Amino acid sequence: MTDVAGASPGQAVRRNRSSIADLIRSTEVDLRQFGMVIALVLIWVALGLANSQILQPVNFLTFSVQAAGTAILATGMVLVIVSRNIDLSVGAVVGFIGMFYAVLMANVFPATIGVNHPLAWVIALALGVVLGIVIGGLQGFLIAYLEIPSFVVTLGGLFLFRGLIWQLSGGTTVAPDDPTFVLIGGGPEGSLGGGLSWLFGIIICVAAVYLLVSARRQRRKFGFPVRPLWAEIAIGVVAVVVVLGSVLVANSYHWPSGLATQYAVKHGITEPAGGLQIEAGIPFPLVILIVVTIVMTFLSTRRRFGRDVFAYGGNPQAADLAGINTRWTIMKIFILMGILCAISGAVASARLNGGTLDLGTGYELYVIAAAVIGGTLFAGGVGSIPGAILGALVMQSIQYGLGFLGFNSPQVNMVLAIVLVAVVGIDQWVRRRAR
Amino acid sequence: MTSTTAAPLVELRNINVAFGGVHAVRDVSIDLRPGEVVGLVGGNGAGKSTLTRVLSGAQRADTGEILINGSPVEITNPRDAKAQGIETIYQTLALADNLDAPANLFLGRELTTRLGNLDDDRMEDATRKVMGRLNPNFQRFNMAVKSLSGGQRQAVAIARAVYFNAKILIMDEPTAALGPAETAQVRNLVRQLKNEGIGIFLISHDIHDVYDLADRVSVMYHGRIVDTVNKHEVTTDDILGMIILGKKPGEVSDTEREALELRG
Repeated sequence: MTDVAGASPGQAVRRNRSSIADLIRSTEVDLRQFGMVIALVLIWVALGLANSQILQPVNFLTFSVQAAGTAILATGMVLVIVSRNIDLSVGAVVGFIGMFYAVLMANVFPATIGVNHPLAWVIALALGVVLGIVIGGLQGFLIAYLEIPSFVVTLGGLFLFRGLIWQLSGGTTVAPDDPTFVLIGGGPEGSLGGGLSWLFGIIICVAAVYLLVSARRQRRKFGFPVRPLWAEIAIGVVAVVVVLGSVLVANSYHWPSGLATQYAVKHGITEPAGGLQIEAGIPFPLVILIVVTIVMTFLSTRRRFGRDVFAYGGNPQAADLAGINTRWTIMKIFILMGILCAISGAVASARLNGGTLDLGTGYELYVIAAAVIGGTLFAGGVGSIPGAILGALVMQSIQYGLGFLGFNSPQVNMVLAIVLVAVVGIDQWVRRRAR
Repeated sequence: MTSTTAAPLVELRNINVAFGGVHAVRDVSIDLRPGEVVGLVGGNGAGKSTLTRVLSGAQRADTGEILINGSPVEITNPRDAKAQGIETIYQTLALADNLDAPANLFLGRELTTRLGNLDDDRMEDATRKVMGRLNPNFQRFNMAVKSLSGGQRQAVAIARAVYFNAKILIMDEPTAALGPAETAQVRNLVRQLKNEGIGIFLISHDIHDVYDLADRVSVMYHGRIVDTVNKHEVTTDDILGMIILGKKPGEVSDTEREALELRG
């Protein structure tokens, strides 16, 4: 085992005390996140035992599309909370930008660029992102440069944008969205399809394995301790199995027969006996979530921006004394949050094929809860984006699963409340014991 | 080792800082030569920290001038100070507790790849090399610094100054949080840096620290410098008298001296 050479004495001692926790620790996998993955699996096993119908592929797809809206926002909320701030306005901003898309496509575009313009969805999305940047930048400026507490600014944002939704829409639902834009919201047509899903999965697997190999090679080059080879291989195998398994599940859902028939008629295909079988594949909201997660993880761990955010969260004074432009850093976090609201708003509006007055209501609470369940500390400086995604998945699994089993939403909310407080309570207890 | 004839590395001239009605630093002038340790002592609120904060860019002076190697410089923020080779080790350590040693060492000055990504491997490598000199037993390079001992944390803070080739080092209470063995370690480090020609401002409550390490001692009292004395020309009691009474040894009346001795 040349791998162990150079490991610190502390690590060697740890390895002698063999237990499952130590075994996992030597893989350097975050124990907390590992525990959450286990919890997620247990939740689905329990749901499956209660009603095996829930384990059908279509449910996983619907669930993932529902989770995407809040999970996208949770990646940004992690950075907001890590920097000792909070953003209560995300739900209202999602609703406002969602309504903005609907108004653009239902009212403005027909009178300007015409109905069904091929670029309508791109123009709408681009304008939405610009709007998100402006809103985030404004709130960020008030927080970072005028030093108004983020709780106050974004609470104001919540009220303001909820009000603006009414002003913008005239107090009614606005529909429909552009037909291409609607695909952002998922559904059988709003998915990658069988072939592209495999390609997407394989690209992610290759990238993951490449990152594992190159990181290890780099550490060896510098002569740093590396984790045991079996751990590297185990991580790689788990990653590949999870990714390809997910693709398999997504592809095992086929288009409903009515929709497949329509498609066949439209494209002049004669349907075979038993109907045309079209694999749905990964829904676009999930593709967007995966891309957002990768980009946000990259920004927060591989770029100066992320380092600055965590340094500020850990010790604001130290960040200032180190010469970090902390105000601009905070403002950038809120700009990023605005962009994520525009993306999440697009998914939400596209799913509904329009803008409703209550779009995004309560998102802020789910998003904050997801970040906190995912291990983000309100004291600042601690949090991870994959953790927040897991948090969002746990929240959404309980919500979707209990709904599926026939519980009504007040009952589901009570369960979520208990889970939220229990997770944070257990977390505190573990942290205290670790000291 | 002290070259009293050498040109000053840094000169502060007629520095004034006021916070509202409080005149924290009044018309202070002080200088520092290469390889010299100047001790800054004084009671709480005497203005030592404020004075050094001016030099490290954390506090702007209302009036006054800073000269480095004889030419005036503008220091308006911590970045300017670092660009002039001024590194500061703060009383509060100024470490981000949640980050590991390499991230702290390079805080605000990270090494990046050509694409602008953080080059954590190169930063860890550099940190291992510097820490190898300061604290050879240190191995916890991938742990948050909050899990380190006081001495290890201090070593990380000092490693920062060493890595970036500080010419002027400001140490604000470097041993306040440390045990006896760690204090001895830091003292050795100060001597080592001094021998390398670094000029050091040493702020300490511990008069023995200062007397042991400093070549000259400046005593501050209510924002003013009472006197700057050559260590060999005074006793620790003389310095103590200046700290408490704010007067030079010659100006102290007999009754005041008696009162001091009763107290001491």
